[in-house]
Amino acid sequence: MTAEATVPIKHDADILSARKAARQMAARLGFSSTDLALIATAISEIARNILVYASRGEMTFEEVSEPHRRGIVVVARDEGPGIADVEQAMQDGYSTGRGLGLGLPGARRLMDDFSIESNVGQGTTIVMKKWAR
Amino acid sequence: MAVPILKQGSFLLVAIQDELTDAEWHELRNELLARAGKLRSRGVLIDVSAMDVMDSFATRMLDGIARMLRLRGAETVVSGVQPEVAFAMAQLGLSLPHTGTALDTDDGFEELRRRTGRVGNDR
Repeated sequence: MTAEATVPIKHDADILSARKAARQMAARLGFSSTDLALIATAISEIARNILVYASRGEMTFEEVSEPHRRGIVVVARDEGPGIADVEQAMQDGYSTGRGLGLGLPGARRLMDDFSIESNVGQGTTIVMKKWAR
Repeated sequence: MAVPILKQGSFLLVAIQDELTDAEWHELRNELLARAGKLRSRGVLIDVSAMDVMDSFATRMLDGIARMLRLRGAETVVSGVQPEVAFAMAQLGLSLPHTGTALDTDDGFEELRRRTGRVGNDR
């Protein structure tokens, strides 16, 4: 069985909805409480980034099953201004917005897999995965 | 007001029960600054034991509140950071440089008394 949930990110309250939706799915998948906190925090940082830089976007959560492991995939999409220098944006402390510059590199540390694709003028897509241990 | 602020002697106690929206954080900050001034509070204890996420925004709000309160003569202690929340915060590189921290509210009041050098909440 594959489950999927999509949460639009338009207002700050949507960050809480996104965290809740992902937490419910991850709890069902048997993640530890520590992992639940890591996943929820990573989602919070990425959702906040969408609001600050792109104003709106969406996050999709999906269960993934492989022969020996199960996990959660988080896809964050926006059609905002995009990131000109992704490598720079992935560095700790780099920020062009109101944040601490922890969002992208922080989320990468909290998850198992992290990839980002961004095109200036078109938007940004981030795919993050965490495997249940 | 989403978050009740309780007077405990010369201290204020805030127990955050839920995840707060940005507007609720701003409301809490404004209300705490107003109440601490009006009641001449010397310390504020903010219990976060019910929070299961403290992201960079929440952490920056809490530390900002502590900075503002200190400029008004009051100390802030944050109590009850859950172990998994502490783990995620450390991974993210987050800290609370302008607050004290304590394991629970009992230790939190103790820390406030130590920081403010007064008996505080036993009246």
